Amino acid sequence: MPTLASSRANRVRILAVLCIGVFLLGASDDSSRLDRLGHRMMCVCSCGQILMECNHVGCTYSDTMRHELASAIDGGKSDDAILAEFIEKYGTTVLAAPTHSGFDRVAWLMPYLLFIVGVGGFVAVVQLWRKRQATAPRVAATGLSSDELSRLREQARKETEL
Amino acid sequence: MSQIGSFLLLLALALSAYSFLFGAIALFRRDTLFILIGETARRAGIASFVAVLLAGGILVNAAFSNDFSIAYIFQHSNRDLPGPYKFATLWSGQEGSLLFWALLLSGYGFVLRIRHKTDERLFAHASVVIAAVQVFFFLLLNFAARPFSLTQGQVPLDGAGLNPLLQYPEMVIHPPMLYLGYVGFTVPFAFALGALIMKYPGDKWIHITRRWTMITWGFLSCGIALGAHWAYYVLGWGGYWGWDPVEIASLLPWLTGTAFLHSVMMQEKRGMLKTWNMWLIFITFGLCIFGTFLTRSGVVSSVHAFAQSSIGGWFVAFLTIIAATCIFFYLFNHSYLRTEHRLESLVSRESSFLFNNVLFLLICLVALSGTLFPILSEWIQGHKVTVGPPYFNSVTVPFALLLLLLTAVGPLLAWRKTSLESLKRNFLWSTVGSLCIGIILIATPASWGPPFGLRPRDDLGYFYSLLAAMLAALVILTVFAEFLRGGRVIARHTGNNLLTSILQLGHRNTRRYGGYVVHIGVALIFIGVLGTPMNRSAEKEMGYGDTVQIGPYTLTSRSYTQEETPNYTGDKAIIDVTKNGQFVTTLYPESRMFTATQQPQHVPSVHSLLRGDLYVVFEGKNPETGRPIIKAHLNPLVPWLWLGVLVMLLGTVLALFPNAAPIRSVATSRVRVPVHASAGAGD
Repeated sequence: MPTLASSRANRVRILAVLCIGVFLLGASDDSSRLDRLGHRMMCVCSCGQILMECNHVGCTYSDTMRHELASAIDGGKSDDAILAEFIEKYGTTVLAAPTHSGFDRVAWLMPYLLFIVGVGGFVAVVQLWRKRQATAPRVAATGLSSDELSRLREQARKETEL
Repeated sequence: MSQIGSFLLLLALALSAYSFLFGAIALFRRDTLFILIGETARRAGIASFVAVLLAGGILVNAAFSNDFSIAYIFQHSNRDLPGPYKFATLWSGQEGSLLFWALLLSGYGFVLRIRHKTDERLFAHASVVIAAVQVFFFLLLNFAARPFSLTQGQVPLDGAGLNPLLQYPEMVIHPPMLYLGYVGFTVPFAFALGALIMKYPGDKWIHITRRWTMITWGFLSCGIALGAHWAYYVLGWGGYWGWDPVEIASLLPWLTGTAFLHSVMMQEKRGMLKTWNMWLIFITFGLCIFGTFLTRSGVVSSVHAFAQSSIGGWFVAFLTIIAATCIFFYLFNHSYLRTEHRLESLVSRESSFLFNNVLFLLICLVALSGTLFPILSEWIQGHKVTVGPPYFNSVTVPFALLLLLLTAVGPLLAWRKTSLESLKRNFLWSTVGSLCIGIILIATPASWGPPFGLRPRDDLGYFYSLLAAMLAALVILTVFAEFLRGGRVIARHTGNNLLTSILQLGHRNTRRYGGYVVHIGVALIFIGVLGTPMNRSAEKEMGYGDTVQIGPYTLTSRSYTQEETPNYTGDKAIIDVTKNGQFVTTLYPESRMFTATQQPQHVPSVHSLLRGDLYVVFEGKNPETGRPIIKAHLNPLVPWLWLGVLVMLLGTVLALFPNAAPIRSVATSRVRVPVHASAGAGD
């Protein structure tokens, strides 16, 4: 006879299998390389927009750049080669995000370092508070003055939001 | 008139300097003479508002009367500019917008100073802090960015005109909203610093500033949302948020301000996080000033920034003074900020608030470090890099989703400790509902259109969209469950129907339930954003009768017209939209050329449904063929974003209402109460 714990574990397993199964359903075609690469670059006309989204009337850069990108893709070049070619021609600011090499890596690592520091700080604060709580002297529950009772009532009211 | 304007600004500087110096002196002594000096300082602060209000009025009047002898009016207005935009001239340039900053700051100071009876000592301290900030802005206006400078040489017959991108109705209200938010954080900052300086006992300053902070936060939220709406409907690139440094500058204080609004509850309810709250509001104010510096100094390039100027140094000096002042008083007086209670359980409202604060601050730091990284890169590598939307999207979205999870979970955790049983009771059905929504979104065919048929394996963006949809559903379901649960309890006690009981519940604790409504708004905003990876666009040169297909829609160019006004000439396309052969609507995208500035502007035409927007832009004409270029975007779910903002603002307004008296049920039978039990146990 299955125990309560094993039946609960089975239910969790079935749910997990269902979720993974649904998650893996189907796969669409590769998205357009032109669109993908075009969204990794900026228009260099100082508009501050992604290359594929620059729509300035009379922008002298974006159309040319898009044509160059399309030609490079048609020419069978790899993504890295195309990006390197654009950096050489338009400078490092043509890339919409820092690369994953050299000092640029700092930009990518920073958020996760901050996250680790933040979560570490959170855990440290929680541990410290709990430790202090455990060592704090317990107050006897009886013999409270009416002021103390009023204060506790007020605290209870605040904490229960009633 | 320019001389009168300049004189009024000088007077405002003198009055606020008096208010600051004599107000500060009066704080040290409590005898009659010093009380009188303090009163004169308060009145000087009030008078400074009148002076700057008149100066602002003179500048606006100069715009309406086409007084191009004032250089600022010449640069930002012209004769044919429509009336509302002439009014907007006040904040459309560097000098005018600083005057507007000072005007709003003095306005807040005015309200604070006339309400001084609430707590004279605390308000006197806050008034001095506000006066100090006023002095800084009046120094700027008198010596570094003078709005009443005269035009050199002969007075021109017409002005250079207002930037066309600013000639849009929202631009008349977006900057004031944003500035009301930015400037408004000076008030809680002033109270916090005042409370720290005087070692103000208790948390009354928190209660006093709660409404100020919420109103300010509401204005800032509204300002940011209006900015996004303006970007969407005016810039014509089909998006609403581009992670531009100026956009980020407005987001940073919003993030820390939101963290403050949450963590302040821990101080009110449990006497915890006093130091944290104090610093959070200091940082929020510092970020408001930093944002103003970022927008105006030219240290980062942005299409929204004001022209590069020399006022950056002033802001750096001011930020240094703010930091030094806060650190100084904190080091001297921090002992009074001792926490009254400790955390009892990891599964509690306190720890969820703490983690929520960590996440808000983390997103703020990530956005800030990303904004400043190009400068750092230039120092270290010798060349600039671009930190654009792909970076910000990939590093902030996971944290934002974690925050959304906390939005669902946090409010339902109890103070002090939450049992597993209570967790299960509160979340079981909401979690099941959220999972069901996820399964539906994946299992449905893609032909149903976004957001259905999500394939999270194909694209990280789709995966995030799926998570966002499930978490948004979790937030909405938990909030509805909470309303239902509370409503049922009240219905049982009062005998009213459920809807009335839910309304009573909301009225009984407006802050809590208003906050829940804000959370629903946030969830709706996430729904609006999650469609982004599924955006589609198509571009085509379209002559008469040409068609372009985008998603289920077929766009047919019917004709083109021209419009000529004194302010601009416009080319307008008339595009018929059909879906499966059925007529849907006609769209009129326009391309304008402004006469005074000779700058072009797109005016997109949008067909909006809850499923998404069909957003059509007249991109201009191909210079070689002369044929019009039409670009169409299909942006799924975007209207949910605007709906979410409205719900969020509604929640903020609800939270500002005073609570109704607690509902008491009437006992229907007499109860014998022993005399000894009732004595001393009064309510």
